[in-house]
Amino acid sequence: MFSRPLSRRVFLKSSGGALVGTLAFATGSIALLAPSRSWAVTTELLTTHEGEVLLQFTRHVFPHRDLEDAVYALVVKDLDRQADTDPETLTLLRDGVTALDRQAGGDWLALDAAQRQASVAEAAGSAFFEKIRSSAVVSLYSNPLAFAHFGYQGEEGDMGYLFKGFDDLTWLPDPGVPDSGPIPGV
Amino acid sequence: MAQFENRKSFTHDDDSVVVIIGSGAGGGTLANELAQQGIDVVVLEAGALHDRPDFLADEWPAFSQLSWLDNRTTSGSWRIAKDFPNLPTWICKTVGGTTTHWAGASLRIQPHEFAVRTHYGALEGANLLDWPIGYDELAPYYARAEDKMGVTRTNDIAGLPGNNNFKVMHAGAQKLGYECNTGHMAINSQARDGRPGCQQRGFCFQGCRFGAKWSTLYTELPAALVTGHAELRTNAHVAQIEHDAKGRATGVTYFDKDGKLHRQKARLVAVAGNSIETPRLLLNSASAMFPDGLANSSGQVGRNYMRHMTGSVYATFDEPVHMYRGTTMAGIISAEAGHDDSRGFAGGYEMETLSLGLPFMAAFLDPGAWGEKFTGAMDQYAHMAGMWLVGEDMPRETNRVTLNHELKDQHGLPIPNVHYDDHPNDEAMREHAYQKGSELYAAVGARDIYRVPPYPSTHNLGTCRMSAKAQDGVCNAYGQTHDIPNLFISDGSQFTTSAAENPTLTIVSLAIRQAEHIGRMMKERVV
Ligand SMILES: Cc1cc2nc3c(=O)[nH]c(=O)nc-3n(C[C@H](O)[C@H](O)[C@H](O)COP(=O)(O)OP(=O)(O)OC[C@H]3O[C@@H](n4cnc5c(N)ncnc54)[C@H](O)[C@@H]3O)c2cc1C
Ligand code: SF4
Repeated sequence: MFSRPLSRRVFLKSSGGALVGTLAFATGSIALLAPSRSWAVTTELLTTHEGEVLLQFTRHVFPHRDLEDAVYALVVKDLDRQADTDPETLTLLRDGVTALDRQAGGDWLALDAAQRQASVAEAAGSAFFEKIRSSAVVSLYSNPLAFAHFGYQGEEGDMGYLFKGFDDLTWLPDPGVPDSGPIPGV
Repeated sequence: MAQFENRKSFTHDDDSVVVIIGSGAGGGTLANELAQQGIDVVVLEAGALHDRPDFLADEWPAFSQLSWLDNRTTSGSWRIAKDFPNLPTWICKTVGGTTTHWAGASLRIQPHEFAVRTHYGALEGANLLDWPIGYDELAPYYARAEDKMGVTRTNDIAGLPGNNNFKVMHAGAQKLGYECNTGHMAINSQARDGRPGCQQRGFCFQGCRFGAKWSTLYTELPAALVTGHAELRTNAHVAQIEHDAKGRATGVTYFDKDGKLHRQKARLVAVAGNSIETPRLLLNSASAMFPDGLANSSGQVGRNYMRHMTGSVYATFDEPVHMYRGTTMAGIISAEAGHDDSRGFAGGYEMETLSLGLPFMAAFLDPGAWGEKFTGAMDQYAHMAGMWLVGEDMPRETNRVTLNHELKDQHGLPIPNVHYDDHPNDEAMREHAYQKGSELYAAVGARDIYRVPPYPSTHNLGTCRMSAKAQDGVCNAYGQTHDIPNLFISDGSQFTTSAAENPTLTIVSLAIRQAEHIGRMMKERVV
């Protein structure tokens, strides 16, 4: 999703849309992972506007102030993928965005944050809201960017933390043997 | 994978074999214990073979790889029916069953817990019954199971070193005056039995890449196969158990991976499909002679479903914890596990550290939640410690597995419905456990404390329970069904009551004992 320069594909697409952005936190844990500060996520079916509304909507459902839009964009990507395999999902999302825009008198994104929050709260429990919430609770937190942000080491653990900090907590007393067992080989 | 090669295969009409349904804690152990005696067994396992190199260090993909995801329905007042209506349990469909992703806690049931009807008296709305077997009878088998599984702090095996999550629990336990150590775990603290020591990966729930944790997948099953007396058939989903005019089991029918139906004859059939599939199979095997399902003259098949009183407490701290590093269940407190009426409920509970990776934390912290309270907790993930609370729940006749005749699985078989209402005793115990767990973390300076509701059931028990009298249950103290002498129950479905402890050590001990009994019966030609 990171590109330098922005992939031409993003702009040459005939259908669907693209979410593009620049990392907000230049020194954040995600920036450390990223080859460049610009990012782009393309969608097959959702338009750019739909993608942007869904991204903002997700930010209100799961508000993490310091979490990059780049991670929220992965939720849009996930929704787009679901829409691609299930026409009902596409209709649900498309109608939902249209309704939000209509209620906002044209463009939901033009509302201020408090107004958007109120409209998200109002949507809570609806099929549209539930689709976004139940998708986001998986896709927002199950990717390497989120892992870096929240401080979970994911696959790094595959080879074991025995010599990589499984017991490096020092702000509490060390339980010691016998309550804790011996470290093998030490 | 030479380890899993069948050195011997048996024909479909070989009626001298013992057919075992399921290759998890019960089935896998039974298979090996019988094969070691030279008894020929055919293990039919619905899942595919996924061995250590195939395991994934990523929670959702691993979940898709190993879990039993066939459709199920739920009803009752338990929160699972609302949060996970089609996923009442969190168990596996893979060779090795749920021992591929269990945590390894291996505790013996306490002596009084085998006789709770006697100790607790009659509790309204609970179908309490004493086990037909006592602690002293099972003790030698517990010892053999502990040796087989390499349980820490038994057989001179050292305890595991405690991780960060353990340190937090331990510090809190000190403040509350609880004893706390790294527990009895079926995880190698040092290389043993041809398997390495634990590398503190923290993916115990996703399958142990190193094989440090005991699983029938790479212990019992290969050991059985190498004898030349066992054959393992994977992707073999048993549809029905069949019987003859005398009411004796004659074999089973099963679907292979292409959906083709086969019939395997048998001298004896042992069911170990875990406590939802086992009763479902007996119910799905109803015939003209047994219209209510096999071994169901008592009407108890599928009833008394237990899933343990559970809940979790997670807490956040100013300083980092990184609870996900190292063994998932890293410390145990048994101080509340006894029976003490003064707490306002019968039975007791264990407190065991637990950690979830970020993806599962999001899914299970507060299912359905959104907004700032939820994200505030997730923001503190790296500073979080956690424990699981697991205690005795009450058997109730109305908590049961039934067939949902409206919905069929991929083979056209009626799917199971799982009904569960919490008993007031479960609720009182959960409240107490939440309280104590919260106090423990508060004593170490917790910032926020979260009471996390039960996950889909990992411990599933009681649906074909043991009883002294045939009218009270489905099988006797050896797991032999009261109605059909050559049909055995070999998994946690046998449990008469749940006890507070994690069940697997007991399932394995019962399977070892059952194997001895079956061997004896076959020699005497009683079956
Ligand atoms: C996340 C998690 C953590 C756990 N941690 C612990 C712990 O620390 N300590 C503890 O004691 N327990 C723990 N458990 C529970 C433990 O895994 C189970 O108690 C144990 O594995 C149950 O053994 P079983 O033989 O009854 O069933 P399983 O091990 O579930 O095996 C049943 C097998 O039967 C197969 N099967 C089912 N139906 C059919 C059919 N019709 N035909 C063919 N095959 C079939 C299934 O595919 C499965 O492989 C944990 C469970 C989970 C999910
Ligand atoms: S922590 Fe130990 S037991 Fe658990 S997966 Fe890792 S090596 Fe295996």
